[in-house]
Amino acid sequence: MSATAVHSLWTTAADPISKIDAPKIEYGQLAPTLIIVGAALVGVLVEAFVPRRSRYHAQMCVAVVALAAAFAAVVALAADGYGTTKAGIAAMGAIAVDGPALFLQGTILLTALVALFTFGERRLDPEAHGNRVDSFAAQAAAVPGSEGEKQAVRAGFTTTEVFPLLLFAVAGMLVFPAANDLLTLFVALEVLSLPLYLMCALARRKRLMSQEAAVKYFLLGAFASAFTLFGIALLYGYSGSMSYATIAQVVDGTVQDVSPALAGTMGNDALLLIGTALLVMGLLFKVGAVPFHMWTPDVYQGAPTPVTGFMASATKVAAFGALLRILYVVLPGLRWDWRPVMWAVTIVTMLAGAIVAITQTDIKRLLAYSSIAHAGFILAGVIATTPSGISSVLFYLAAYSFVTIGAFAVVTLVRDAGGEATHLSKWAGLGRRSPLVAAVFAVFLLAFAGIPLTSGFAGKFAVFKAAAEGGAAPLVVVGVISSAIAAFFYIRVIVLMFFSEPRPEGPTVAVPSPLTMTAIAVGVAVTVVLGVAPQYFLELAGDAGVFVR
Amino acid sequence: MSFPLLTATAVLPAIGAIATAAVPAAKRTAAKWLALLFSLATLVLAIVVLVRFDPDGDRYQLTESHAWIADFGVRYELGVDGIAVALIALTALLIPFIVLAGWHDADPLETGNKRWRPTQGFFALILAVEAMVIISFEATDVFLFYIFFEAMLIPLYFLIGGFGDRAHEHGEETAATQRSYAAVKFLLYNLAGGLIMLAAVIGLYVVAGNFSLPEIAEARANGSLDMATNTERWLFLGFFFAFAVKAPLWPLHTWLPNAMQESTAPVAVLITAVVDKVGTFAMLRFCLGLFPEASKWATPAVLVLAVISIIYGALLAVGQRDIKRLIAYASISHFGFIIMGIFAMTSQGQSGATLYMVNHGISTAVLMLIAGFLISRRGSRLIADFGGVQKVAPVLAGTFLIGGLATLSLPGLAPFVSEFLVLVGTFTRYPVIGIIATFGIVLAALYTLVLYQRTMTGPVRPEVSAMPDLRVREIAVVAPLVVLLVFLGVYPKPLTDVVNPAVKHTMSDVQKQDPRPEVEAAK
Repeated sequence: MSATAVHSLWTTAADPISKIDAPKIEYGQLAPTLIIVGAALVGVLVEAFVPRRSRYHAQMCVAVVALAAAFAAVVALAADGYGTTKAGIAAMGAIAVDGPALFLQGTILLTALVALFTFGERRLDPEAHGNRVDSFAAQAAAVPGSEGEKQAVRAGFTTTEVFPLLLFAVAGMLVFPAANDLLTLFVALEVLSLPLYLMCALARRKRLMSQEAAVKYFLLGAFASAFTLFGIALLYGYSGSMSYATIAQVVDGTVQDVSPALAGTMGNDALLLIGTALLVMGLLFKVGAVPFHMWTPDVYQGAPTPVTGFMASATKVAAFGALLRILYVVLPGLRWDWRPVMWAVTIVTMLAGAIVAITQTDIKRLLAYSSIAHAGFILAGVIATTPSGISSVLFYLAAYSFVTIGAFAVVTLVRDAGGEATHLSKWAGLGRRSPLVAAVFAVFLLAFAGIPLTSGFAGKFAVFKAAAEGGAAPLVVVGVISSAIAAFFYIRVIVLMFFSEPRPEGPTVAVPSPLTMTAIAVGVAVTVVLGVAPQYFLELAGDAGVFVR
Repeated sequence: MSFPLLTATAVLPAIGAIATAAVPAAKRTAAKWLALLFSLATLVLAIVVLVRFDPDGDRYQLTESHAWIADFGVRYELGVDGIAVALIALTALLIPFIVLAGWHDADPLETGNKRWRPTQGFFALILAVEAMVIISFEATDVFLFYIFFEAMLIPLYFLIGGFGDRAHEHGEETAATQRSYAAVKFLLYNLAGGLIMLAAVIGLYVVAGNFSLPEIAEARANGSLDMATNTERWLFLGFFFAFAVKAPLWPLHTWLPNAMQESTAPVAVLITAVVDKVGTFAMLRFCLGLFPEASKWATPAVLVLAVISIIYGALLAVGQRDIKRLIAYASISHFGFIIMGIFAMTSQGQSGATLYMVNHGISTAVLMLIAGFLISRRGSRLIADFGGVQKVAPVLAGTFLIGGLATLSLPGLAPFVSEFLVLVGTFTRYPVIGIIATFGIVLAALYTLVLYQRTMTGPVRPEVSAMPDLRVREIAVVAPLVVLLVFLGVYPKPLTDVVNPAVKHTMSDVQKQDPRPEVEAAK
């Protein structure tokens, strides 16, 4: 409160206008995010003004160009040294531009680009009334099974809104791991979540299941967001600041008094611990770690498969990025408190994901539980609290996302009359009917299982090595045991595809357009290259492995 | 830079695998010839390795070293000692015979499906396994070894699960179920072993900072790398567990009978004669080389397990009704001998164990491949379904007998030399163990001769009366191997010359000397 305040608690004299400085925004360093947000807004305008039949192509163009341009911007920034020597804080302290942020943004943009190809696929479903259709509902607002829906289908509507939604989600994901204060973190969380809730509800087939998944995801996600927000409030009460760096200093004890208004609560450890717990809980929800994983199987199963692939890869990358930054930048001074808890979460996540996956009979649910187990493996690297912990997690995330997108892209190909044939029994004998598709899927499964010469092995080795170096040898042992358990169900799918007799009324493998083919090919290529010659990418992740604060 | 001979030896079959897999569905025969050609070319390269190798030279020869994954401290390092050379030669030698023996094993039943190319797949997978086995014999970088040690499970898994005997006593449906059960069991056992080893590999990195076997062994020997006793023991156990599953050692052996029973005879040979040798070889190279103190610490326990393997395998072999299962249990007994020889920590024991690996490879190949021919003729694997075969197919019966006699280590055939060396080597240090192990030989005589008697002698059963004798292709498979068995039985010197200096190095790793003979000690 300024000295010129007059006789009232409700009014205060404003400082002279001349004192307000324009905020300094480093547009160049924020270019990737700005490009994506801009393109998303253009996408909305395209929805409004471009005629219906040209929308699909216009949206695809906008999205591809935006993602590619944003990726180019990330590469340019990294080449300019913003990941290493010039790393710094931008946008008045709201955004960090450093190695991990750029690495993760690059990963998110590339996965989003590959995911976009699966979004744009229009050859898998048979044409409806002479119109080519994609995986999304003709008209999301039409009640499933209603006359309105039939009309929408007859008219050949397609939900081209998914493209701007995807871009908005990507924008949130780009900011999420780069956020450098808690408020930005929360805004990014919401920006990435809300479009995802919507996209989950948009499946063209099995619409009720899809809507159910969206509602579940939304409700649980809203709870998680509320927890996060509560945690942020408590941390603010503890430290008197939203900024990561300041909170870290208060935790360390190097800064004693920040805000006299909070003198009553500042430095109260109860606030710190509860606030941390709630904040981390919100992030663990997003990565799907046990015990905050309950939404994963239902949502992964119900959502349109391209969306599932996108969620399982890009969201995870963004959320782990944010988690890393919180734990490594804000709370390193508290690691003796959070490490035991995270140990427990990691162990339970690895084991529960692997064990429960064994009983699954639906391929999408199986991949969902497998993603839970993988979240556990990544957490093992997260809690190493060493530079190699950061770089191993970065590498794992990059390796894992492409395998995931590729695997879900293959799932979209195996179809019967009811759309995608996701029940495992229908995959029997796929290796006889379509050896190539089955072999590609086998490659992805082997990568998930962490068999050498695939990217999954290199990633797993990196995180386990980091964990062992960080003194978490028991975690490594639990990790390899759950890997062995997990291998069982990946192998089971391979057995089913190659060694079982095909069913007479089994599904067919649709021949996709070059879009999905590209997505799958990129997935296989990355899986093999990162498996056989990971050195360049490990170096990249290693160089990027330092946070700025 | 000199020609990377070791890399070439491993890469050639890999190229062969890709080439074979790429052959169109209609050109099945071309795929077979291509596979045979590549396996023979690999054999030529292996012979070049054998010739270029100087037994009295450096410990690791023909070395290659390139940067690979610097972040993990991993280098692409190859090098062979005498033991590795012998086993590479064995591998390269057996694969052409395996290919030839499996000539018709993977012909598709239905020819309508243009995309389904089992024949190409079968031979490509065999060559892929060969490539991976050879590179794991060559690798002197622990990580490099580990990668191929694990990766070879995948082609093997498809070989076991995808291709079985045409004839199955319970019909095709059951056969498929049992096959995939065997394949999954094989994979899970070995994968679990491998993953435990992965934890130990990571632990080794944390302790040593790199993966180079010569460097670590050197650092351990001169004291610059100190491992805490407990650490060393845990790491040893992690490695040993994986190798013991692969070898296989009792009680981790149960995948082998299933895998051998359900796969076709050539694949069964590939598993026991070639792939399992990687396990015993790795014990010798990595367990003893990296963890000498822990190896000595574990010796009593390992010897007991080995002896149990010998006796248990032999006893169960006696009781089998299925020919392939019988051979599988016999192999478990033999692997017990190999592991006993390695851990007896005497130079006779370890030379014997290395020779044993080679000889067991050849003798099992003979026995198993002929058993495969026999089974495909009759359409049954059960011993009781045969009888009097020697009257209708004398050549088949005769070679089968030679394979059997080799298995029971008849003097004059190659396995005798190695078994004798192993027993002598064990006896000088652990007489009780040696004595118990000798009973394994007695039991071996029982199970092989009873097998021969029940299947080949006696009245001719009506089902086998029309059984044709060995065809030219089959004789071409068996004859060279039989000749080799006799040759190495009478004159094992070429092999021992290569192996002995390498064994000396290993003995110096563990800082053990042979016990002095009693007579000399008494003087």
